[in-house]
Formats: sequence, structure tokens, C-alpha cells
Amino acid sequence: MYLDINTKKLKKNAFRVSKNRGETASRVRVPGGKCSAQVLQQVADIAQEYGNGSVHLTTRQGFEIEGISLADVDKVNERLQPIIEAMEINQETPGKGYPASGTRNVSACIGNRVCPFGNYNTAAFAKRIEDAIFPNDLHFKIALTGCANDCIKARMHDFGIIGMTLPQYDPSRCVACNACVKGCDQLSVDALRMENYKIVRNEEKCVGCGVCVTKCPTRAWTRSQKKYYRLTIMGRTGKRNPRLGEDFLVWADEDTIIKVILNTYRFVKEYIDPKAPGGKEHVGYIIDRVGFTEFKKWALEGVELPPETIVKDCVYWSGIHYR
Amino acid sequence: MGNLWNTAAAARLLARLKETYDVYAPIRFPGSGCYSDTDTVRYGQPDSFEEIVWDKKSDYSFKETLLPISDTILYFTESDTRLPEPKKPRLIFLRACELNALKRLDEMYLHNGPADSYYQQVRSKAKFILMGCDRSFPSCFCVSMGTNKAQGYDGYAHLSGQELYLEFTDASLLSYTEGLEAPAASQEVAYVTDGQEPVPIPEHLPEDIALNPLWKEYSGRCIGCGRCNFVCPTCTCFTMQDIFYRDNDQAGERRRVWASCQVDGYSDIAGGISFRKDQGERMRFKVLHKVYHYKNRFGYHMCVGCGRCEEVCPEYISYIGCLHKLAETGGEAYE
Repeated sequence: MYLDINTKKLKKNAFRVSKNRGETASRVRVPGGKCSAQVLQQVADIAQEYGNGSVHLTTRQGFEIEGISLADVDKVNERLQPIIEAMEINQETPGKGYPASGTRNVSACIGNRVCPFGNYNTAAFAKRIEDAIFPNDLHFKIALTGCANDCIKARMHDFGIIGMTLPQYDPSRCVACNACVKGCDQLSVDALRMENYKIVRNEEKCVGCGVCVTKCPTRAWTRSQKKYYRLTIMGRTGKRNPRLGEDFLVWADEDTIIKVILNTYRFVKEYIDPKAPGGKEHVGYIIDRVGFTEFKKWALEGVELPPETIVKDCVYWSGIHYR
Repeated sequence: MGNLWNTAAAARLLARLKETYDVYAPIRFPGSGCYSDTDTVRYGQPDSFEEIVWDKKSDYSFKETLLPISDTILYFTESDTRLPEPKKPRLIFLRACELNALKRLDEMYLHNGPADSYYQQVRSKAKFILMGCDRSFPSCFCVSMGTNKAQGYDGYAHLSGQELYLEFTDASLLSYTEGLEAPAASQEVAYVTDGQEPVPIPEHLPEDIALNPLWKEYSGRCIGCGRCNFVCPTCTCFTMQDIFYRDNDQAGERRRVWASCQVDGYSDIAGGISFRKDQGERMRFKVLHKVYHYKNRFGYHMCVGCGRCEEVCPEYISYIGCLHKLAETGGEAYE
């Protein structure tokens, strides 16, 4: 008995090379972090039959089924088929697992399906983005969060999408109870004040978190019918220069964000270092080399911005420089 | 006798009514809820009878159609004051519990001392259409409060499937139907008699009920947002605001604005004194007003059992639960 494993193909098939010889782990990504209880059960069954009974929950919202024998990869792939179908994960050959990609699972907080602060359906928008960009070998990380609390840590991603609402104020329904002013001060950015017993919103300060809307007892504050997003760019972890993403677009819409992401893939194909190991130069480092202005030119090509969208002229990142 | 109205005939009727009246009914305001992608059902002016929401209790009561949330009642300049223009007559669709609440509003604004002219101006010209209730909604306890049936309406409306039944008992309203084609029909008033969980309404509470430790629990739970008051069809408190226009401090206006006994500032008086600083005390004040003190004065309960305060509380403080607790502390429940 011998093990002749092409590790590159193994990894491309969403299995890990384990530190334990002869073992692997199956990596099942969960788009938008939302899966059915049935999928959960199927993952559990695979872990018990082929793994060591342990499942790791990855930071990118996937399952990593641990302790699988390298000899069982084909059988595990067959068992993954209903999971792949249920979550509509991109696939080349049914029954053979799915191709891992440079573009990582698009992750999302629970959003407005459950969270009172969520300003949109994060998993649904994540799915829309996924449909637009998958499969793709370029190394991109994208995360979506429902509100400015950023529980998913969208700012540590190449693209962070933060839900916003443009608060609508009807003074005829306002009783000057001060709940919104207090709420904005205590939970957000202190963008509201009372004048003549009615509320004045500082438009430049407001981050569109929607706290005023949730605090209002009379529906004087309501959400805008249109949903808005803050697009932060080029946050990252890593060895060289970990940093938080900076605002690129504020009060943007879904269509714009999808176009900007697709344009960025084109930008990366144009400028990626052909000698990068494994063809994996990270988009943030490419922008570091090429410059923000050039990136911006590519990113906004053919994009018709809504009039209310603010585009940052220049973006500067900080973070720690180890190299 | 009434009539069954199809869409086209109903549209013509509404157009006619709107020549004289501002027509108010519970309608849906999409996306206007507290949370993202949630709606509010509250009073507004429908463009068609189809917009009236029948399958859900409105989140906010009909109260705002007679008592605006924020109402300018006086304009003033250096030496002169003037009243706003009179409001257009109103035709209001409402349910039995709310028609019972109207009696409470009248008690406060018309009969409890001199009549309030602002309320009277709107009230005297308002007509009321009772909306039949086929079934109870969550937290409804009108049967326990005896407010499931109503009197004093000018017409009756009922929707079954797509079929709108309208019966105007008021002669002036009836005249709007003349010449419009709508088959004659006759329906009994639909009201709820069963299917509700009975709520014990305490009577003969112990004299020291205010000192009962049960109120303490609410001190830490209530956030004092006032939603329970704002959705209540019988809360009548208001506050006054005198404002001077920003770019001309020689002119301004006086507004009457809803107030809440749960919100900070309600009981502030000269000298910086404030009664009932504690939310538990405020809860006590509200609950006992609804089911005890009001009755001592007027002979019937203020609360009409619409259950809106129960449904709206973001902290899940149950008014019905509180009534159960009161019943347990020596208040005898009666049917």
C-alpha cells in the first residue's frame, strides 16, 4: 500500500494537507454563513463516518471536517454532493467535490434576518456577489456586515461591505422624547441634536447605522426605502503590513459595488506580478505597487454612481509595517 | 341594510367621500418599521379601500387622527396671535375597541372640565365607520374589558375575501352612495366573543398596592421609551412647546405634542423637581391609571384591551402579565 497524492490537486479540491501524515481535512465553505440544519447534519455524518468526529468552524464561515484518511477523499466527495447542491456551491463535476478557489468564501454576519441593527439581508447580497465572481483563482477576500458595528470584521477584508440606511425624519411624528439623540450619542457617533424641539441630523457625521430608527417610539424616524452601503477596501492581516480597510465609497448601492469588484478583478489581471509564487499576489499589495489612483481609475470604469454616493479622492492606509 | 362594493364602485364612492372628508384608515407603510424590511400598520389616508389593512391589528391606534402627534395650535408674533385654519372633516375607519377608546378621549377632552376646543373642532365633524372583527389578533383582550362591542358609529364596514360590505347608518353619509351601483345586502355586525385568553382585571386592590414590591421588577427592565403610551388609544397626555423661528425670534408657534408618563421629563416641575424618577414607579402609575384610578373617577376602566402596548414593548414587558400579578396580590378578578 502506498500513498501517491498530488497535493496541488488535493488542495484545489478543497482538502487540506494535514500535519498528520496520511490524513486530510475537508473544507466546506458556507456562502454568506447561512446553511440549513440538514446541511449541518450531513456535515456531522461525514465527520463521524470518515473523520475523527471533530469539525472546526473556520473564520471564513466554513466547516473543516478533521481527521479524514487520504484514502477516503473520493468517498467524502460523493457524500459532499447534496451539501454542495443545497448551498449552490460552484462545481465542475458532480460527485467530485468542488474546486477551492483563490477568491475566498464570501462571508456575512447574520444581518437583518435576525439582528435588529442589520440594515439589509447580508446572506442574499453575499450570494449575489458570489454569483458574480465565482469561480475565480485570484486571491480576494470579501465580507458583508449588516451595520456599522461590523461584527463580521469587514474592514479586515479586501472588500468590506457595511450596511447603511439614510434616516428619514418626519417632524410631524416627533414628540421630542430625545431617544434618538441619546441613542446616537451612546451607541453611535453623536450626529443628532434637538433644535426647537425637533431633530437636526449632522449629515457629515451620520454613519447611517439606523440606531435613531430603532430607538424612535413614534415612527418619526424610518429607514430609507433604498438600501445603502459603505465599501471599505484593502484591509488585511498577514505578515507584512496588517491594516484596516479604508472607506472608498459611502452611500453606494448594490449594483455599484458589484461593478467595482468585477472591475478590480480586471485590474488585478492587468497588474499582477507574473512571477508571484503560485500566481497569488494579493490585491492589496498590487495596489501598494501600482498606486491608488490607477486602481480607482480601473475600479470606477463604466460605473454610474448614484448622485448621493461619496467617492474618496485619495485613500491612505496605516497599519503596522514589518517589511 | 348596506351594499356590497366592487373595486370600481368603491373607488367612485371613496372619491366622492374625499370631496368632503379626509378619509383615515389603518394602512400599511412598507419598510417603515423599527427594524429593516419591516412594515408598520398605522393610520393614514388610503388611495383605495383595498389599501385598508384588515388582517392585522394596526400597530398604532386611530388616536392620531383626532389628536395629531405634534399639533401647532397657535401662531404668534410680537403683538398678535392667530389660530391655524380649521381641519377638514374626517371619516375614520376603526375597530370596536377603538370606538370604545373614543369614549375615553371624549371623557378627557370634552367632559372633564371645559371642553378642549382643538379636540372639539375635529371631533364634532368626524364620522366613524366600525370595522367588523371576525377574529381576535395577538394580545387582544377586548372581551375581558367588555369593549368587544361598540356603539355610536356612523357606518359599518366588513371585508370577507374580496367582498367589501358597507352600511352607512348616518344619513349624510348614505347620500354619498346615491346613484352608485352596488348590490344591496344585509350583514350583522361582526365582533369577537370568544377565542381570547381571559385577562383578570383587578378590582378592590389593596390600599397599599403602590407599595407592593411587584413594581420594583420594572425598575430595571423598562427603558422608558414610551412606546406603550404612544400606541395606546386611550393615553391622552400632551405637553406644550413654544418655539421661536430660527431666523426671526419675534415670531413663533405653540405646539401641543404627545407626552408619555414613561419618558424622562414627564413629571418635571419648577425648581428642578421630578416625581416618579424610577421606571417601576412610572409603570405603576400607568397600569393603575388604566385599570384602577380612572375607574374610581369615571366609573369604568380606561383600558380597552386592544393589547397594543403588549405587542410593541421592545423589552417584552407584559402589561397583561402585570394584570395577572395584580390579580394575585389581592385584587379580585371579575369576569
